Amino acid sequence: MQRNPQLNEHGELQHLLSIEGLPQEVVRHILDTARSFLSVSEREIKKVPLLRGKSVFNLFFEPSTRTRTTFEIAAKRLSADVVNLNIATSSQTKGESLIDTVANLAAMHADMFVVRHASSGAPYLIARHLNPEIHVVNAGDGRHAHPTQALLDVFTIRHYKGEFSNLKVAIVGDILHSRVARSEIHALTTLGVPEVRVVGPRTLIPAQVEKLGVRVFHDMAAGLKDVDVVMMLRLQNERMNGALLPSAQEFFKSYGLTEERLAVAAKDAIVMHPGPLNRGVEIDSAVADGSQSVILPQVTFGIAVRMAVMAILAGGG
Amino acid sequence: MPVPEAEALLARLVLSMRGQVGAEAALVGIHSGGVWVAERLHDALELTLPIGTVDVSFYRDDYGRRGLKADVRPSTLPFEVEGRELVLIDDVLYTGRTIRAALNVLFDYGRPARVRLATLVDRGGRELPIAADFVGGELSVEVSDVVVLERGLDGRLSLAITRSDGAA
Repeated sequence: MQRNPQLNEHGELQHLLSIEGLPQEVVRHILDTARSFLSVSEREIKKVPLLRGKSVFNLFFEPSTRTRTTFEIAAKRLSADVVNLNIATSSQTKGESLIDTVANLAAMHADMFVVRHASSGAPYLIARHLNPEIHVVNAGDGRHAHPTQALLDVFTIRHYKGEFSNLKVAIVGDILHSRVARSEIHALTTLGVPEVRVVGPRTLIPAQVEKLGVRVFHDMAAGLKDVDVVMMLRLQNERMNGALLPSAQEFFKSYGLTEERLAVAAKDAIVMHPGPLNRGVEIDSAVADGSQSVILPQVTFGIAVRMAVMAILAGGG
Repeated sequence: MPVPEAEALLARLVLSMRGQVGAEAALVGIHSGGVWVAERLHDALELTLPIGTVDVSFYRDDYGRRGLKADVRPSTLPFEVEGRELVLIDDVLYTGRTIRAALNVLFDYGRPARVRLATLVDRGGRELPIAADFVGGELSVEVSDVVVLERGLDGRLSLAITRSDGAA
């Protein structure tokens, strides 16, 4: 059997590339550790010395201010030195040049790479070409995975709901193009959530998604009925022009999360969103700012979860 | 040598602290054994400030070699550290490295007026210039021995010594 490329020979986390294939105890260890990092960010001095003297390179081949910033804050609160590289790239970028870029940075004694890339699998390629003492964190690759987003999402769910074993969770919107959705599905099923639903129009639900262990709904009223958690996805504007969706207004009419639609979920259901919000497209302001929304706590938890991932990676392997 | 009675050591520790640790002082237990000792001292000394707890995992000097342990717990200091009299509480004082790490935790919360150290048992073997102000008792064991404080369901404390083969 081939070893999971994310784990070393002792079963410890070497890279974080995807939630898929991670043992449940590894995921739980990250969540437990993140809980302790929460209090670090609430102190006067928001720093612990774990990664003192280590260099973390944020390697962003695709623009993202938010995710990059949260990784930067997390690394700095671990006392690492952070270098941000925004590398403009096109789909024509050859694998060769990507490896060359990384080899050059590794020669500058990088200890960790946080990689965002438009091509699925790019972080795997990078991890394969590095010495084993250098760690890679996938910060989003193509349509494939966004593991730290999924981890902060399940951290948020555990924070508000306690355990996973009797929850109904709905993921709503553009499942087809969403690396967030894919990682969320793997995280939820790994942690034993008994009912994971995906809700969206037929054109935005990938074929055979049921094989991941989810139930498919094309109607919001049915899809949100009695759920404990509603995880909204961002509808990317670039999808509006194609044949997949008529318009943002049309999407909101059928799949936008409004107070009326949310009313069929459990009374204490929480509403999540990975941000940035498209108000009036996938979510109504009344819901985004409402009492059931945990969208801003997600951001706070995201720092602690990314600190935990980096601390576990740099300490193991 | 026989394993000393943790409850007897605790009684001695209480005696040595009585009159020395006043109402203005706060106890800070080091996870997890130190927290149990701190809870008992808090009751016995009739202190009013709540107990603080610290987990030194994020400050350990062997993190680079051993990584992060599995059960890190949050540190909570439910009082102003700035200008405060603190007594750090540990269960077994050994190399002093845990105490060094705990001091660094405290100073990331503020600048205490004074920090003293109380330990249930001192097993010697210091690797840093650290000494306890209050000690329940001393214990002479082999370097390879592991001394662990345990707490029963009834809340009673007991010490367990296990002989480990090779490097711990």
